[in-house]
Amino acid sequence: MSRSRGAALQASDAVPLFTALADATRLGLLRRLAVDGPLSITRLSEGTGVTRQAITKHLNTLGTVGLVRHARRGRERVWELERKRLEKARAYLDQVAAQWDAAAARLKAFVEDR
Amino acid sequence: MSTDRIEKRVVLRAPRSRVWRAISDAKEFGTWFRITLDGAFAAGKTVRGSHGQFKVEMLVERIEPERYFSYRWHPYPDPAKDYSGEPMTLVEFTLEEAEGGGTLLTIVESGFDRIPLARRAEAFRMNTEGWGGQIKNLERYVS
Repeated sequence: MSRSRGAALQASDAVPLFTALADATRLGLLRRLAVDGPLSITRLSEGTGVTRQAITKHLNTLGTVGLVRHARRGRERVWELERKRLEKARAYLDQVAAQWDAAAARLKAFVEDR
Repeated sequence: MSTDRIEKRVVLRAPRSRVWRAISDAKEFGTWFRITLDGAFAAGKTVRGSHGQFKVEMLVERIEPERYFSYRWHPYPDPAKDYSGEPMTLVEFTLEEAEGGGTLLTIVESGFDRIPLARRAEAFRMNTEGWGGQIKNLERYVS
């Protein structure tokens, strides 16, 4: 059975990744960091219509769940993407999607085979 | 990027009536889905299924002959846990005539954003070994 996972699960130490992702501003920040690389809060707030304070708050939310981290670049504090964490968030849906791929392939064989 | 839904489209080289039967007839559904179901599908009815340790409840939502079939369930059920209080995802099958013959089937599962985070994390934790292969999807999202 494709949806079965077999082994019993242990209590998870999961952090609210998906809540952190479910926000247009935060998704925009992630995309920006993905495309442009590490950026300061000043740069990140440019053209967004969102205050630096609000951007800081969003970055802290993303930082808490490990999606971004801050670093020093000279005198500047910059934020950068933590790619590994994003992969994990993505992996869940990929797994469900892969199972549907397998189920659809079985259905295809089933209805075409007669 | 949507974390809430999955959509699959597949063209089946079979008439719509054939595909409809494979989806709406619980016995046929069970054959290709690999699950044993305890009754027929009917709107508003809960059908229970099992495959070894794996158990699932499908709450049938809507049936429109040869066009649409939907149900709700708990994704990734863990046999050791009770999920009855948790939100379900919605699974929808939509059938259309495919260009050039056959049936275009669209499968959508949605509502993942309402599933408790810990559960989703558990599910993807089970997928650790597959993470290497997920990078492409990530790249698509972030580029």
